[in-house]
Amino acid sequence: MKDVHHAAILVILLSNAVKAGTILLYPTIGEIFAERAGVLNLGVEGMMIIGAFFGFIVAHVSHNPYLGFLAGVLAGGLVSLIHAFISITLRGNQIVSGLALTIFGAGFTTFYGQKWINMNLDTAFHTFNIPILSKIPIIGAILFNQDIIVYISYILTFVMWFVLFKTSVGINLRAVGENAKASNAMGISVYKVRYLWTFFGGIMAGAGGAYLTIGYAPFWLDGITAGRGWIAIALVIFAMWDPIKAIFGAYLFGSINALQFQLQAAGTTIPSAILNMLPYLVTFIVIVISSIIVKARHIQPPKELGIPYSREEK
Amino acid sequence: MKKVFSYLLVAVVLLFGSYASNAADGKIKAAFLLVGPHNDGGWSQSHNDGRLYLQKHVPYVETAYSETVPEGAPCEKIIRDYIHKGYNVIFGTSFGFMDSMYNVAKDYPNVIFEHCSGYKTRKNMGTYFGRMYQADYLSGLVAGMMTKSNYIGFVAPFPIPEVIREINSFTIGAREVNPKVEVHVIWTNSWFNPVKERSAANTFIANKADIIASGCDSPASIEGAKKAGVYAIGYDRDNHDKFPKTILTSRIWHWGVFYTKAIEEIKNKTWKPTPYWGGLKDGIISLGKFGNTVPKKVKDYVLKRQQEIIDGKFKVFAGPIYDNKGKLRVKKGDELSDQDKLSMQWFVKGVVGTVPNK
Repeated sequence: MKDVHHAAILVILLSNAVKAGTILLYPTIGEIFAERAGVLNLGVEGMMIIGAFFGFIVAHVSHNPYLGFLAGVLAGGLVSLIHAFISITLRGNQIVSGLALTIFGAGFTTFYGQKWINMNLDTAFHTFNIPILSKIPIIGAILFNQDIIVYISYILTFVMWFVLFKTSVGINLRAVGENAKASNAMGISVYKVRYLWTFFGGIMAGAGGAYLTIGYAPFWLDGITAGRGWIAIALVIFAMWDPIKAIFGAYLFGSINALQFQLQAAGTTIPSAILNMLPYLVTFIVIVISSIIVKARHIQPPKELGIPYSREEK
Repeated sequence: MKKVFSYLLVAVVLLFGSYASNAADGKIKAAFLLVGPHNDGGWSQSHNDGRLYLQKHVPYVETAYSETVPEGAPCEKIIRDYIHKGYNVIFGTSFGFMDSMYNVAKDYPNVIFEHCSGYKTRKNMGTYFGRMYQADYLSGLVAGMMTKSNYIGFVAPFPIPEVIREINSFTIGAREVNPKVEVHVIWTNSWFNPVKERSAANTFIANKADIIASGCDSPASIEGAKKAGVYAIGYDRDNHDKFPKTILTSRIWHWGVFYTKAIEEIKNKTWKPTPYWGGLKDGIISLGKFGNTVPKKVKDYVLKRQQEIIDGKFKVFAGPIYDNKGKLRVKKGDELSDQDKLSMQWFVKGVVGTVPNK
């Protein structure tokens, strides 16, 4: 009887962990593609919070979570164009530009977010079962009793893996990230490819942010993303620039998030301040471990990651 | 150089001129520092309600507030800015403002400081708080009689005496009427973080909690309880009308009672920096409306106890009290002193949770 009870708790917690992981999965996949094309965007946190903000407002005003999600996606995409313009067209320093985007996002949403604080959404994504799959014991209840945004993330992960490794679009974008000059010689428009995938990165960061404020925690709060954008950047390394691996990283972090509360509820003697720190602590550990693996297996980050490309230079 | 000097002189004259005019019209100007947004739906809003109450009932006072004021050193500047603008009473409404207020109070002996929930005083700095543990205890009685799973979740901000006292008195109430109750605690380590508060509530609900209480500043855990169809105990303000089926009862602050008292004393020059710790009797705290599902039997029991507390016949922290490691903390026949209540760093029996070691 007690075991059944524990299993039930575990299912609910892991199902929440998938939701928390989805918030990270979208931005991670987006950043993987931007980096694969050679653009390092450290503004994920900023794009996420902008997406979270506009997603929340539109969902609140329209009473439609899907419309809100779309608005968040679009807002994330739009601000990513600032980074694209600075780092691709102006060939500015990508690190500085990305950091500026993060600071901008935090400042903008704090300033305009005052009157939205503590407002609640009266609307939510509809949760539904996937026939057959949801009947699988335990796994079904965890993975296939979710909302549409989570399901889209499953499909998207596989589609984007396919695009990256099995299509000419993927070959071109990887080529641009490895050697822009050679790609240009082969007739690929480096600017176009980099703009497109930086924009895609923004869209995905916006999606993660919007899912946070519409699907996961239907409130507005200053700094609501709480470093999730940075964790997504760490997950890119953990995933070794591969969308499929990103899914494991994202859910790992989702589980840690759920775990810190469960341990407390169960009466652990570990101080809560340390538990609150767990996601960030694990980020460190993950980076260390994945860096070692990357080195051992000779996996390279995109060679020209962070290096601006200029057509004029001969 | 001469020019610069004369400009400075004009500035100084203007500055002191404005001081003089403030003092002359006899108005008391009171500034309020809020730790969260003024509309947080909880703690900060309850203080803002108190400010509005004061503004409405006392004609000779002018008020202003700053919200989301950072705890610690940065708030010193905000206080000094108010004083330079001619404010002569400062109400700081969060524990973390204590040292900043204490520092500034030294520099401005003519300005009166009132600090909520702290323990440092000066000639011109008093403290105020309420015996919320009385209402916490009463709400615990309701929770103890209403729970079916005997698992109650308490979403808690920081492991400091004020919050520990809250959880303990709540648990004493719940176990007085239902000794099987366990109160589980999750610390969010933040006064105001609806995301964490909601996650904590959801975790409790996954563990079969059927009542969620909170000591945090937002109603996020009540939202979570509502969505899952379980009960909640409200805090800070009476949100009953927003959640009539969810809230069983609430523990409510009525800060306006204290703010009008303090301002009137300042006006009459009878103000003293005494620590104020009012209770049910003084009206600074109360229980909120009972939820629709609370039976008359429960209400009668709680109201009877409430009257006994007001009449001084019943003490919440009367012995014997054991802590949750089995140690006897208060002997039979004794009562916990106010000093011990204010420095509480242990949980009573029935609480599942940890107070971090200092």
